[in-house]
This record gives sequence, C-alpha cells and structure tokens, in this order.
Amino acid sequence: MRSYQILTLFLALISMAGCATPAQRGTGDLGVIIERATGSIQVVDTSHHTRLGRITGLGDLSHASINYSRDARYAFVFGRDGAMTKVDLLEMRIVNRVMQSGNSIGGAISQDGKLVAGANYVPGGIKIFNSETLALVADIPAIDQTGKSSKVVGLVDAPGNRFVFSLLEAGEIWSVDMHGPGKPVVTKFQNIGREPYDAMITADGRYYLAGLFGEDGLALLDMWNLDAGVKRVMNGYGKGEQKLPVYKMPHLEGWAATGNELLVPAVGRHEVLVVEQGKWTEAGRIAVHGQPVFVVARPDNRQVWVNFAFPDNDTVQVIDVPSRKIVKTLKPGKGVMHMEFTPRGEQIWVSVRDEDRVEVYDSETFEKIAVLPADKPSGIFFTYRAHRTGL
Amino acid sequence: MQDIHREIFHRALYPEFFRMVFVVLLISYSGFTCADSIAKGDMSPTSARQQELFDFVRQDCGSCHGLLFEGGLGPPLMPVALKNKSAESLRDAIWYGRGTMMPPWSPFLSEAETDWIVQMLLKGLP
Repeated sequence: MRSYQILTLFLALISMAGCATPAQRGTGDLGVIIERATGSIQVVDTSHHTRLGRITGLGDLSHASINYSRDARYAFVFGRDGAMTKVDLLEMRIVNRVMQSGNSIGGAISQDGKLVAGANYVPGGIKIFNSETLALVADIPAIDQTGKSSKVVGLVDAPGNRFVFSLLEAGEIWSVDMHGPGKPVVTKFQNIGREPYDAMITADGRYYLAGLFGEDGLALLDMWNLDAGVKRVMNGYGKGEQKLPVYKMPHLEGWAATGNELLVPAVGRHEVLVVEQGKWTEAGRIAVHGQPVFVVARPDNRQVWVNFAFPDNDTVQVIDVPSRKIVKTLKPGKGVMHMEFTPRGEQIWVSVRDEDRVEVYDSETFEKIAVLPADKPSGIFFTYRAHRTGL
Repeated sequence: MQDIHREIFHRALYPEFFRMVFVVLLISYSGFTCADSIAKGDMSPTSARQQELFDFVRQDCGSCHGLLFEGGLGPPLMPVALKNKSAESLRDAIWYGRGTMMPPWSPFLSEAETDWIVQMLLKGLP
C-alpha cells in the first residue's frame, strides 16, 4: 500500500516535471475525468481513488467523450471543437492531436483497434483515422439523397470491423464496413424514423438501436441480418400522452442491457422503460425522479443507476432490476453529469459539475467512499472500455 | 502521505487567479444589463442570481449549444450568429421553446431574467 503511494507520487512528480519516462505499471485501473470548462482531463487511479495528474490544452470539452486504444494506454478524446486528441495515460501527455472537423460529438474505435472514427456535426459525417498515426483513412460525409448534410449521432463500432451511425436530420442509419483492404463499403438504411438523436449497440454487438426524438419509438438494426433492414420497435410507446419538453437529451450509450431486458430512458418523461429484448416490446415502466439522462447498469446487471436532466440533476436513483423498485435515492449535489462503474462494479464514480467534485460510492451499501476535486467535471471514462464493443 | 499528495495537486491545479478574473469580468458586465432591465420597470436579477444565471447559461445552454456557444445539437449563439435576430425573437425562443429540440425555459426563468440572458447573449458572454 505504502510503496504504491510512493510510486504514484513519483509518477505525478515526473509528469509534472515534463519527464517522459513511462512508469512500470498497468492501465487496467486507470480512468479519465473530463473537466469540461477548462479543456482539461484528469487521469485517475480507481484502486486508490487518487488523481495522478492533469492534462491541459484539449480545447472545448463540452460534450467530450473518450475511446481507448486496444492496449488501454491511450485515450482518444473527442472535443466539441472538432479536435481528436490522443493522450498517453502513463506518460500523461498529449501524443497527437488533429482537428478532424468543425464540431464533433464523439468517436468509436474499431474491433481490431487499428481505426478510430470521429462523429461530426459540422460538417456532418464521420472521419476514420489510423489509431497509431492519426493519419486520415476515410472521410464519409453524411449527405442524404437530397444532397443535404446531416449531423452524425450514435457512432459505435460493430463486429466485422464496422462502424455504425445515425443521421439526425435525414433519419438514416449507415453501416461502414472497414474489413477489406479497399475502400469503405457503406450500407445505407433510409426512412428509419424522424430525428434519431443517439444510439447504442448491445454489448454482444448484434443490435443497433437508435432513439428517435421526432416520433415515439426506436429504430432497430440487426447486425447479423442487414438484409432485414431497420425495423421500428416500441412504436406505441408514449402515444396519446402529452409530450413533456426535454431539458437534456438522454444519452443512449449507457442503455442498460440486463440479460433479457433493456432499460432505456423515456424521452421527456419521468420514466425508465423496460424493453423485452428479442420481442422488442414494452415490458414495463419505472417511475423515476425526473427526465432520465444516463441509465447505466452495474456490470452484474443487478442494479441500474439513473441520473436526470435539469432541474432534477442533483439526484441519482438506483433501480433494483429484479423487483424494478427504486432502492436508493442519492443527492450528490447540483449538476450530476455522468456515472461510471469500476470494471467489476463494486463502486461507482459520479461527477457533480456544479460542486466541482467527483464522488465515489459503494454500490452495495451506497456509502460515499471518496471525494475528488475536479473542475466542472462531466464524463468519466475507465479503461475497461478498451475491450467493450460499442464503447 | 496521501494528504501531501493531494495538496500538491490541489495547489498546482487550481489557479485562483482565473476565478478572480472571471468574477471581475462578471461584475463589470452586470452593470449594463441591470440598468437595462430596470429601465423596463422589471425587477433585475440580484447579483447572486446573476451568478446562477450565468452558470446556467454557460453550462446548461452550453450542453446543446456548446460551452463557447459555437453550436452543437443546437445552433451557435455567439453574437455574430445572432446579429440578425431581434431581442424579442430570442426571448420568445428561450421562453416558449421553438417546437424543435429546444424546450421552453419559462418554468425556470422570470421575464426579466430571460431579458437579462438575451442581453448577455447579444453582447457575448464574458
């Protein structure tokens, strides 16, 4: 224990001194906290709840997201300003940085780890880069049949070295096959529904699901059977009820797939929807404190943690999956932005933007274990993501 | 050991200077808008509320429009992007929403506060 702390201090000191000697350590218990207002990130150690250091100069990190290299040493940070920055977690420095668009929403890394793609709003489309050199490999503008550009949302990787994403304005889903040595093979699915706003892929990489803002329901693509096309599922959900205004768009990356069920945030409602996987019908609704933003399953799928849109963003609720009951309501403070479980889920890290801190909770006792200062923290990303499809 | 470790980071990472600059900018800014809303006979937001509103605009509006208001899911809100919009239309957009993804914020803001935000947007955030 003590020798470890000396090691981390040493690591911190050498990084502050700008020395580039990598420490002999693994990265499996490391992670990154986005500090959205200052354009910086913190590298953290989830075993000891320590901050190993801060890396600055990453640009506009409002709505930033991270993908990890296959060796879990490098973080690819996608910023709002269109930059993709490759960061070395061990040497704690920026390795490379490209302005890949004018306005970016997130990224994905390929199954083989060799390609990293950015999803862009302006100009709409994706750009695919060599993950080692950041050299451009493919540029795929999201131009629909009428010649109009769309914002790209819900970009994920899929088995077969594919990338899948949705076109917000056009209402399309595109799958890009990067398996062969030649040009990317793009398969387009049109009329998938109005205004897909985000999407996710199930952990096995089979089902791609896009949430629709412009209408009720979800768009489903079975990656095992692209010929079947995109199906509309959960069509009836919400029909006949008055829609509530949405104060923060739900994020679907965290859609909780809990074995046979999928727990998803209802758009504009104070509800989490339970969807039966396979049948894709509604199996129930769970009333919650506000409009859900992230609905995140603990790795064992026993619990699902939910945070909420403004003005209920001071609260986190825990749903017990078997009983579908809320077993805990926490009030970490104003501006709860994101939640990230440790790799096996015994703890969860919660970013509290307006309080300038990240809190760590025991996921069984709900006891607060640690508090780490951070400047307007938003996303929290741990390195286990390196080996998970869709993350 | 642990505390020393944290302290080193804390000092190195939190330049109070920037906070002070921010507060000074905010104070110098608020003089203009106060006068503006008082002229209309409305209650202007108190300075504590102005700080809240400023954070709200930067962070919560920024979620969709970008922290620097260069646009995102929502359109850019920098002064140059708003130059052809009237204060009234901006107020309506904030107050009633736009029938798009932009929701109505009237449940959370008074009219005077909305005007204050519009003036701040037109001038550009400090």
